[in-house]
Amino acid sequence: MSSPALPAKPVLPEIKTGFHLSRHLRQDLKGYLFVSPWLIGILVFLAYPTIASFYFSMTNYTILNPPKWVGLENFQVMFGKDPLYWKSVWNTVYYVIISVPLGLVIGLLLALLLNQQLKGIGFYRTAFYLPGLMPAVAGVLLWMVLLDPRLGLVNDALNSVGLPRLGWLQSSTWSKPGLILMSTWAGTGTTMLIFLAALKEIPQSLVEAAMIDGANAWQRFWNVTIPLISPTIFFNLIMAIIGSFQIFGSALIAGGNTSSSGPLDSLLMYMLHLYRNAFRYFNMGYASAMSLAMFIVLILITLLTIRSTRYWVYYEAAGRR
Amino acid sequence: MTIDALQMDNAARKNWLQKQIRKAASRTFSYLILTLVAVVFVIPFIWLIITSLKQAAQVFSDPPIWIPSPIVWNNYVEALTTPAFPFLHLLANTIFYSVVSTIGVIISSSIVAYSFARMQFRGRDALFAITLATMMVPGVVTLIPTYILFRWLGWTGSYAPLIVPAFFGSAFNIFLLRQFMMTIPWDLTDAATVDGADDFIILWQIVIPLVKPALLVIAIFNIMYTWNDFMGPLIYLTDSKQYPLVMGLYAFQTRFGIKWHLLMAASLATTLPLIILFFIAQRYFIEGITLTGLKGV
Repeated sequence: MSSPALPAKPVLPEIKTGFHLSRHLRQDLKGYLFVSPWLIGILVFLAYPTIASFYFSMTNYTILNPPKWVGLENFQVMFGKDPLYWKSVWNTVYYVIISVPLGLVIGLLLALLLNQQLKGIGFYRTAFYLPGLMPAVAGVLLWMVLLDPRLGLVNDALNSVGLPRLGWLQSSTWSKPGLILMSTWAGTGTTMLIFLAALKEIPQSLVEAAMIDGANAWQRFWNVTIPLISPTIFFNLIMAIIGSFQIFGSALIAGGNTSSSGPLDSLLMYMLHLYRNAFRYFNMGYASAMSLAMFIVLILITLLTIRSTRYWVYYEAAGRR
Repeated sequence: MTIDALQMDNAARKNWLQKQIRKAASRTFSYLILTLVAVVFVIPFIWLIITSLKQAAQVFSDPPIWIPSPIVWNNYVEALTTPAFPFLHLLANTIFYSVVSTIGVIISSSIVAYSFARMQFRGRDALFAITLATMMVPGVVTLIPTYILFRWLGWTGSYAPLIVPAFFGSAFNIFLLRQFMMTIPWDLTDAATVDGADDFIILWQIVIPLVKPALLVIAIFNIMYTWNDFMGPLIYLTDSKQYPLVMGLYAFQTRFGIKWHLLMAASLATTLPLIILFFIAQRYFIEGITLTGLKGV
């Protein structure tokens, strides 16, 4: 299922006429006609908003009154005078740093388990993927039941192996681990399927060659499997980073309906703080400044990750993909 | 196989036996781990079903109740007909959002992908490179100005902000379809071109039927996306009569957060259409996710 090589250009008989130029022009026009929805889409829904973000971030804009230019004031407030901003940054970084590697490792382990010639493997694949089908809002509600501090099933399970019952979403220490637990449950299936597809593409001959050379299972995994699926690890990593930095819905609902988001604002994620500023207090300027900061950080992380690939991502010589 | 084994000399037989035992042991171990993990993944689902059939008093109990008694089927009737969660109405809204948006994505992405894959025009490759780059732009940066734009247009409070952008294509779907369209042999379309067929006719009569599997993948993913979409409706919809299912669920929880048995019934009802879709079109789901990974590399 790899992307196809470019097919040869059509060799149509070139009809030499006096209207050579206009024929090209006609082709161009037809091309632009077909591509025009997307061209408009890029301009209206991508270029305009991205550029406008820069402008709005330097204004005080409450929707009701026209935007008022304030220069860098929003950024000064953000970095210096809004303690909740740094709280939301910390919460988000905590969430990303734990949930991203966790999701990747579990996803890969499950894929390795599924990449065997066993009867009924399809059943297990479905079972691992099923949680991903649940809309996040429904999933959070379910986990609020499971994570109940007094009588939730998770605490019952912990208790049965001699561990203490935890406060989960009602404790400022355990609310983020609780959130990570639910998002790992929901999100791992997709990561796993992508890894599984990559594992199936590994040529058996390479594994066998390593076996003949006397490589044990661990060496085969570390020196053959991992390099060959490293482009997929890279893809999953980027997707997971971008996705988890923007966690929103589950944190909003798990955080409850009070004015704080979770105990001591421990579930106040970056997007949640941004949402509140924009749509509860109508501080559109401040929210734009927040979104711009997130945008720049995400672009930097993406670029750094891409740069790092030369040290750890192995691309086969041209031809296969 | 056993007869062969008997005919082998002793040493070889011992070797063969050891190998078989080791194989069986490793297989058993794999099944054990797989089953254990599957149980961990599936139990929350089972708990969802169990809780949805309990009396309110049995939802949280010590020890946990695994078989509700009595089994309260009526929870479903109550949860899905309460004015706080008008299921059929919410479902109709969700289907409307899903279907219209999916039609938009399919139409716009096919036309645009066709121009990238099968047409020659100046600036095509540059525009395609830009298309790839836009996939990197995180949604967060466009959120506020897009809202301001739609508010200025007077579209807030309606589905227009959620649906209209679908008719202008989406980078990933365009990319995916283009890759598929490029695999179609030129011979197939050249004949039509020579016969003077218009590009729209070629797209509609030759190309679309050939990329149907890819279109199905895109449709399924868009349905999943719209069914799940929480932030969009939260920001743009103001009247609870317009809510899709997940917003209805959220509103239900905010108002009656303690009726967990009913909330679980409502959650399951919200998820069920997607589970049914999954089992009908499992192949396309898995193919689609697989493609996401491989094409992205």
